[in-house]
Amino acid sequence: MKNLFSNVALSVAVLAMTSGMAGAASKGVSDGVVKIGVLTDMSGVYSTLGGKGTQVGVEMAVKDFGGKVLGKPIQVIGADHQNKADIASAKAREWFDNEKVDMITGLLNSGCALAVQKLGGEKKRITMNTGAASTELTNKACTPYSIHYVYDTYALGKVTGQAVVQNGGKSWFFLTADYAFGHSLEENTTKFVKAGGGKILGSVRHPLSTADFSSYLLQAQSSGAQIIGLANAGGDTTNAIKQAREFGIDKKGQTLVGLLIFDTDIKSLGLSVAQGMQFTSGFYWDRDKATRDFAKRYYAIHKAMPTMDQAGAYSATMNYLKAIKAAGTDDPDAVMAKLKSMDISDFFAVNGKIRADGRMVHDMYLMEVKKPSESKGEWDLLKIVKTVPAADAFMPLSESTCSMVKK
Amino acid sequence: MNKKIWIALILLGLLAPFVVYPVFMMKLLCFALFASAFNLLLGYTGLLSFGHAAFFGGASYITGHLVKNSGLTPELGVLGGTLFAGLLGYLVGSLAIRRQGIYFAMVTLALAQIVYFVALKAPFTGGEDGLQGIPRGDLFGFIDLNQVYSVGGNPVALNLYYFVFVLFCLGFWIIHRTIHSPFGQVLKAIRENEPRAVSLGYKVERFKLMAFVLSAALSGMAGSMKSLVFQLASLTDVSWHTSGEVVLMTLLGGVGTVLGPLVGAFTVVTLQSELSSVGSWITVIIGVTFVICVLLFRRGVVGELGRLLKKSL
Repeated sequence: MKNLFSNVALSVAVLAMTSGMAGAASKGVSDGVVKIGVLTDMSGVYSTLGGKGTQVGVEMAVKDFGGKVLGKPIQVIGADHQNKADIASAKAREWFDNEKVDMITGLLNSGCALAVQKLGGEKKRITMNTGAASTELTNKACTPYSIHYVYDTYALGKVTGQAVVQNGGKSWFFLTADYAFGHSLEENTTKFVKAGGGKILGSVRHPLSTADFSSYLLQAQSSGAQIIGLANAGGDTTNAIKQAREFGIDKKGQTLVGLLIFDTDIKSLGLSVAQGMQFTSGFYWDRDKATRDFAKRYYAIHKAMPTMDQAGAYSATMNYLKAIKAAGTDDPDAVMAKLKSMDISDFFAVNGKIRADGRMVHDMYLMEVKKPSESKGEWDLLKIVKTVPAADAFMPLSESTCSMVKK
Repeated sequence: MNKKIWIALILLGLLAPFVVYPVFMMKLLCFALFASAFNLLLGYTGLLSFGHAAFFGGASYITGHLVKNSGLTPELGVLGGTLFAGLLGYLVGSLAIRRQGIYFAMVTLALAQIVYFVALKAPFTGGEDGLQGIPRGDLFGFIDLNQVYSVGGNPVALNLYYFVFVLFCLGFWIIHRTIHSPFGQVLKAIRENEPRAVSLGYKVERFKLMAFVLSAALSGMAGSMKSLVFQLASLTDVSWHTSGEVVLMTLLGGVGTVLGPLVGAFTVVTLQSELSSVGSWITVIIGVTFVICVLLFRRGVVGELGRLLKKSL
């Protein structure tokens, strides 16, 4: 056995010496292809609002761009991270190391997004986050290669929180998903509720993808708060709302406020249950002609209207490809410089701009769910109550704790 | 003959990162060591623990915490994780071995669930997000484990790979030595006929506890390695799924064989990785594989092979 180990040691030394260092990046398109990875929840609680639909958005953008950039083909691959940070980071690592993926988008679930974004920073690959919400992504965890594209918990908490407090909802109780996203959403909303003169009576945390909300709802009910703020998303939000109706919570003077709601959630709840609810969104398909045109083409493929995550993935991919074309290379540093200097303006983003901390700021909307009598079609679900200008919706750059922001 | 097999395997392990994706290879090694450590308990002592994820995942959190927040070098982090798992093994073991069979399994499962709860709620574990961004650091303070070398155009972290490989060999060698020592013979005697071992004058409880601690510590070492490889310690590692998976790996490969857990771990991890695109069907496929294994080759892949060759592998 002793002989054996000295053999091992020797072989290790020899092998280590014969290998050289990794090469540096060159101009043009590296390895002859631009590869875009869609890493998101494809099977869990967030799969209807993102999932395959996000990949559809990315594929549409590639097709609309012409399938080629700088004469090289563009390829799209997708994978399911199952809402587990370890699976997300393992998959992203494999994509960066072996598959030569140049950009990862989607990334629903803040826990997964934080893991992948950090890895992207280390490996110098771009992440364009359309799904996750935590403000940490553009603060403490920001990297030179990360972009947070669609929305964040600051914008959600500010727009919805202020609107609700102004309408008289002064006392709050939170039902919070127990991970990075939920914590961040609760914290940001709390800030604006308190600033508006409201008070927080308490909060309870539930695990991601909870089926039975009864014990949490009872706590919320007994708190006596006017507003029960749902700091969760997707299947968790719809489950909580449906069960609250069964408990008759809304009939006893308490109002549920979903802090992050997608069109698909309203669709699954039905207008009669959801009517009158107000929430914040970064995109609505029925806003103007451009959004309707896109939504129509999207619907033909995916058989559902695009959510802000799915439309955002289209826009992110399109602008990424434009930046490659303008920079003349897919070198991440050059592309990031281009992205941060160009105006982002398309059907998705109005007055869009990518800031130094990676935050893409654009106009946000306060939405209200229509009454069943107002709805003229299967997907005619919402109306825009107020447009919040980009500068007001997002966290000011001066407050960002991102190390990339020069102070 | 036997020696030649070992040398061939070690050579394969040394050359693997030049052929296979090294992170995947390191994952294989981590789970192979985990399954081998588990096999020491199930295969050679006859104790079925349903809570081994607590040692595997617990150690990965401890290593992650030591390396990330206390700034220890990776080898000390692994040592810390291993010692923690050993200590935890001592606590769990001394309670669990008082019962036998299904009760033993249930006690281990229950205690492992407590560890899971702690991992979910403790401030340093990051709850649902996991302990993220664990640095790989400098081995002994001067070998950079993040250093990548270009192999066929792909960046490969060879330093880390060989660190993991050496740890794996060390762990495997300890298990191998244990099995073939007089201590291991006593363990086998306990497995075959416990009352008889008692009547021969062996303090059975003490032997069981020692085997349990050893198995827990080595499982912990595997978990520590994994947290350095993936730079992440997450709830998946401490969940009961992982406890179940290691049972599956051991049974599939061949319980009570030295090479069985290796083959089992390689099979299960490869299946999971190759089939990850089919989504939730993967559990069905692995379940069916397991049923076929139990029905057709009850001794596991290596066990049946050994029977055909009339050799103990």
